[in-house]
Amino acid sequence: MFRPDPSSPISPTEQLVRRHRLHPLELLPWLAVIGTYFLLPGYLPLGSQVLIMILFALSLDLILGYAGIITLGHAAFFGVGAYTAGIYAIHVTGEPLSGLVVATVAAGIIGLISGLIILRTHGLTLLMLTLAIVFLIQETANKAGFITGGADGLQGISMQQIFGQFRFDMFGRTAYVYSAIVLFLVWLFARLLVHSPFGRSLTGIRENITRMHAIGTPVRRRLVTIYAISAALAGLAGALLTQTTQFVGLSVLSFERSGEIVIMLVLGGIGRLYGAFIGAAVFMIAKDELAKADPVFWYFWIGMLLVLVVMFARGGILGLIDQALSWVRRKS
Amino acid sequence: MTPALQTVGLKKSFGALPVANDINFSLVPGARYALIGPNGAGKTTFINLITGRLAPSAGQILLGGEDITRMPQAGRVKRGLGRTFQINTLFKGLSVLENVVMAVSEHHGKAADMFRYAGSHRGLVEEAYSLLERLRLGADALLPVKELPYGKQRLVEIAIALGLKPSVLLLDEPAAGVPSTETEIILSVIEQLPGDIAVLIIEHDMELVFRFAKKITVLVQGAVLVEGTPAEIAADARVREVYLGERDHG
Repeated sequence: MFRPDPSSPISPTEQLVRRHRLHPLELLPWLAVIGTYFLLPGYLPLGSQVLIMILFALSLDLILGYAGIITLGHAAFFGVGAYTAGIYAIHVTGEPLSGLVVATVAAGIIGLISGLIILRTHGLTLLMLTLAIVFLIQETANKAGFITGGADGLQGISMQQIFGQFRFDMFGRTAYVYSAIVLFLVWLFARLLVHSPFGRSLTGIRENITRMHAIGTPVRRRLVTIYAISAALAGLAGALLTQTTQFVGLSVLSFERSGEIVIMLVLGGIGRLYGAFIGAAVFMIAKDELAKADPVFWYFWIGMLLVLVVMFARGGILGLIDQALSWVRRKS
Repeated sequence: MTPALQTVGLKKSFGALPVANDINFSLVPGARYALIGPNGAGKTTFINLITGRLAPSAGQILLGGEDITRMPQAGRVKRGLGRTFQINTLFKGLSVLENVVMAVSEHHGKAADMFRYAGSHRGLVEEAYSLLERLRLGADALLPVKELPYGKQRLVEIAIALGLKPSVLLLDEPAAGVPSTETEIILSVIEQLPGDIAVLIIEHDMELVFRFAKKITVLVQGAVLVEGTPAEIAADARVREVYLGERDHG
C-alpha cells in the first residue's frame, strides 16, 4: 500500500509518480504459487480451488475495496460465468480458452445491465438489491433445468486439451497451472487498473462521493464500469471452476458463496489487492483442515476467526502485518 | 459583455416553503462579488441550484451564456464552474497532493484512463504540486489531509477548486470554522486568486466580505433584498435591520 513519506528526500511529485513501481514483496504470492506446484504436488486440486477463490476475491476487491460498493450478491456473476462455461462446453465446444472468453463476456454483460439498474441506489437499498439479483439468477438457473440441469447440476462436461496440448489430468497439475496463469494475467490487469487514474478516481468515490461530483466526475458511469469489469472477472473465476472440476451446481450461485467471498476478502484486508490472496488462501486452507477434523462444526472456527479479525484487526490480516511492521520499525 | 454566470427568475420550493424566490443574479467575468444574508436566507440552496446538486422549480441558469439549468453536475464543472464547500469535503485519508491530482486529472479528461499508470501522467502531478506551492501548501503535499490543521484543510478546498481551472468559482464560507489566527492566510489566498476567474463568495464574516467584494448581494428569505457596493450596503437601512441588526442581537 502506498504511504507517502513526508520525511523522504524524494520530492512529493516523484513519490507519487513512482508509486506503481513493483515492490519485491508483491512477488511473494507468486513464489508461493510456484513453490506449491513443486513442493506440495498432493495439494494441487485444493491449490486450484484456492487460486480460483483468489481470483473471485480479487474481482470483489475492485468494487468493495476500491470503489466502496458493498455487495452480498457477487456470486451471481461467478455463477453466470460457471454456467456459461459449462453450457458452452456441452453445446458448443469443449475448447477451454474460448470458453473462458465467452463466460467472462456473459458475466460482464449481466454485471453491466444489473449495475445500470442497481447503482442508482446506495447503502442498504443497494445491499438488498445485490441480494435480490443473486436470488433471481439462482432461481432462474434452478427453473431452467432443461439447460442448467436444475438442482442436479450440469453434468457431462468434458474439456478438450488446452492449446490441443495439455490434458486436464487426474492429479490436477494442468488445472493448477492453468488457473495460476489466468490469475497472474488478471492480477497484472487489476494492478494496472487500481494504479491507473481510473482506479484512483474509484478511491476518490469511496472516500468522498460529494467531492467527486463537485470535481466533475461522472460518478455513476465510473461505478457501472468497474461493476461490469468486476462481474466479468468473477465470471472468469466461475468459468475456471467449471472447467477444472467439470461440473456446475446451483451452489455456485448461492448467497453463501456471496457471503463467503466477502468474508475471505475482509479476512485478508480490503482495498489492497493482496488481501484477496491471503484471505482466500487462509480461508480455503482453514476450511479444508477444519472440515477434516469435524465436517459439521468447522464453520464455528471460521466465525471465530472473523470475529477476531473484525474486532482486533480492522484492516484484516494484511492490516495486522502492516501494524506489526511499523511497530518493529519504530522500535529499531 | 456576456455574464460569466447568470440566473434568471430562479425558483425553488421545498413543499410550500420557497427557499429561492425569483432570483435574478449575474456575475461578470473576473468579478469579485459576495453573497450575504442571515442564517436560513437560502445562500447554500442558491449555490446548490447553480452547481446542480438541486434542481430548480423554475427559472434559468446560464454559464458563459450557455443554458445549464438541466445539466448534471459533472457537465457544469467541465464548463468551468468550480466550488468549495462550507464544510470540508475532502479525501481525508489521501495526501494533500493526491487530493489535488484527483481534480487536475478530471479537468484534463484523464481520470477515466484505465490502461496507464497514474504515475505516467507526470504532468498532472507536477501541475497539482505547483498549485500547492502557490497556496504555500508545498511542504504539506504528502501529509494525509486529516492530519492538517483545519485552516490548511480549507486551503486544500480552494486548491482542488483551482485545479479545475474554473471560470466561475463559488466559495461557500471559505473561512468557516477557522480560528481567527488562521483566517488571514485564507484571506490573502482569496485576494490573490487569478484575475480572470469570476469569484462569488458566500460569507458570514463581514470583515472578509467588505475587504474582498466589489459588489454585495443581500439575500433574505430566498429573495434578493438589495445589491450594491460595500459602501451602499453598509449604509442601507434595510440591510442593517434584517442582517446587521440581527447580528447585534445574536
